[in-house]
Amino acid sequence: MKILVCITNVPDTTSKISFSDDKKKFNDAGVQFIIGPYDEYALSKAVDLKEKNNATIVVLNVGGPETEPTIRKALAIGADEAIRVNATPTDAWFVAKQIAAVAKDGGYDLILMGRESIDFNGGVVHGMVAELLGLPSVSPVMKLDLEGTKATIAKEIEGGKELLEVSLPFVAGCQEPISEWKIPNMRGIMSARTKPLTVVEPVAVEGNVVYDQFSLPAPKGAVKLVDASDPAKLFDLLKNEAKVL
Amino acid sequence: MSVLIFAEGVDKSIKKSSLEAVSAGFALAQKLNTETIAIAIGDYDAVALQELGKAGATKVIHVTAGVPAYPSALAYASVLAGAAKEVAASVVLLSKSALGDGILSRLSVQLNAASATGVLAVPEVSGDVLKVRKSIYTGKAFAELSLTGAVKVISLAKNAVPLKEDGVVATVESKTYTVSDLAGKLVHQKEEKASGDILLTEADIVVSGGRGLKGPENWGMIEELAKLLGAATGCSKPVSDLDWRPHHEHVGQTGVKVSPNLYIAVGISGAIQHLAGVSGSKVIVVINKDPEAPFFKAADYGIVGDAFEVVPKLIEAAKKL
Repeated sequence: MKILVCITNVPDTTSKISFSDDKKKFNDAGVQFIIGPYDEYALSKAVDLKEKNNATIVVLNVGGPETEPTIRKALAIGADEAIRVNATPTDAWFVAKQIAAVAKDGGYDLILMGRESIDFNGGVVHGMVAELLGLPSVSPVMKLDLEGTKATIAKEIEGGKELLEVSLPFVAGCQEPISEWKIPNMRGIMSARTKPLTVVEPVAVEGNVVYDQFSLPAPKGAVKLVDASDPAKLFDLLKNEAKVL
Repeated sequence: MSVLIFAEGVDKSIKKSSLEAVSAGFALAQKLNTETIAIAIGDYDAVALQELGKAGATKVIHVTAGVPAYPSALAYASVLAGAAKEVAASVVLLSKSALGDGILSRLSVQLNAASATGVLAVPEVSGDVLKVRKSIYTGKAFAELSLTGAVKVISLAKNAVPLKEDGVVATVESKTYTVSDLAGKLVHQKEEKASGDILLTEADIVVSGGRGLKGPENWGMIEELAKLLGAATGCSKPVSDLDWRPHHEHVGQTGVKVSPNLYIAVGISGAIQHLAGVSGSKVIVVINKDPEAPFFKAADYGIVGDAFEVVPKLIEAAKKL
């Protein structure tokens, strides 16, 4: 069994976000990059499946050479080999086309990734990849059990979950609590250095989305405190000042 | 030419967020000087469908035959692709949800369309280009995008545009479209859903509790306050990790993102990951006994006090509202 896990290389969730002066570029100075948290759930699930199903895990990232430490971390966690598509992602469509190009003849039984990236929060790459490959897809998946070639899935829906079945191959966008994050052990970290990391060049994509500029939210004014002995005053303010009641 | 809006439902009525999308679609159609057409898939009665008219649709396409009984992004995408081609839609609008984005991802490929999700306002028109604004880095920043090409597919953030309520009586047409065979590969088993509750993502008001509440047995007062305010209940990540509350109530970076008019946080310190899930809220109220809790910096109103003393008093006050 062969599993493709697609990961993003994104700023740590605690990062302070800022942009270049011309508002065109993300300012990565001093920012710690990590495997996208949702992607890490996907990877952790793949590691669970590997142990039970004798699977091979290939981890894929679309990014420049700067993403290789993140890719090596995925190898340390348990992926067997890695592919880096040597391109800076421009939008979801670009990334989906690159993933589909890699996956097309790769013979993958399962393609896992996070439900969304935490930088651009699109949440559409898994669906686009599945559409390009003519496969079914499910997202956000919070539980995935495999019995032979049949998967039983719990998908989060608003206010609850939907249980469904699907046969391999398919694409899934993952989220917690699909699996527990794995902490790489020393053996994993050592072996990650020598596991194969193949760099492939991107396929040409005709784009139709341009990011014009970035901005930060306006700073929040000071909080207005209401005395704890008179909480009714709060509703008065919410009703007559904020006008949200 | 037309603007086509997908109307998503819950319990046989159209969701408020979808009516917002129709209102946005109407505003956009005015700018493009074209028609506003809504499409509803599934079991809705005439009253439910006319909500779409009030929100701005002049025509409603109603699809009941040939579609799965449960919402299916795969099936709905092929239905929407068929409808979009038939009515020559230059823009397809949806509201941002897992279903909406599941549809959008496939539809944009099928229609070879530019796409953007979670857009925060009615798109601006500049010739053949649509300019949209969306939040990125999970609410920590914004991006402005230009969408080009003949067709655009856009999902709208919830509670981002005001609801239009003075529209016309729409003409309703029943239609069928070809559904992709792929849809049948996902076999629905069952749905497990808390019934009767207000959906967290659709609510105008959300009351959330954190670890400061000390245990699941203390959620009664959160639920009571929420009920009195007509609010949905949410929680912080530690609370859902501890299984005090179900995962679908977890608000934050890796949980549900909410954008209500009013977000009330009780006993939540305000970790940056939690703030990421609530930054779209119009007004934030924080109740915490620690005056140094970081959440106060992101709040509009605050009460420094013990939740177990403050919330019962709020409940009494809410009864008099």
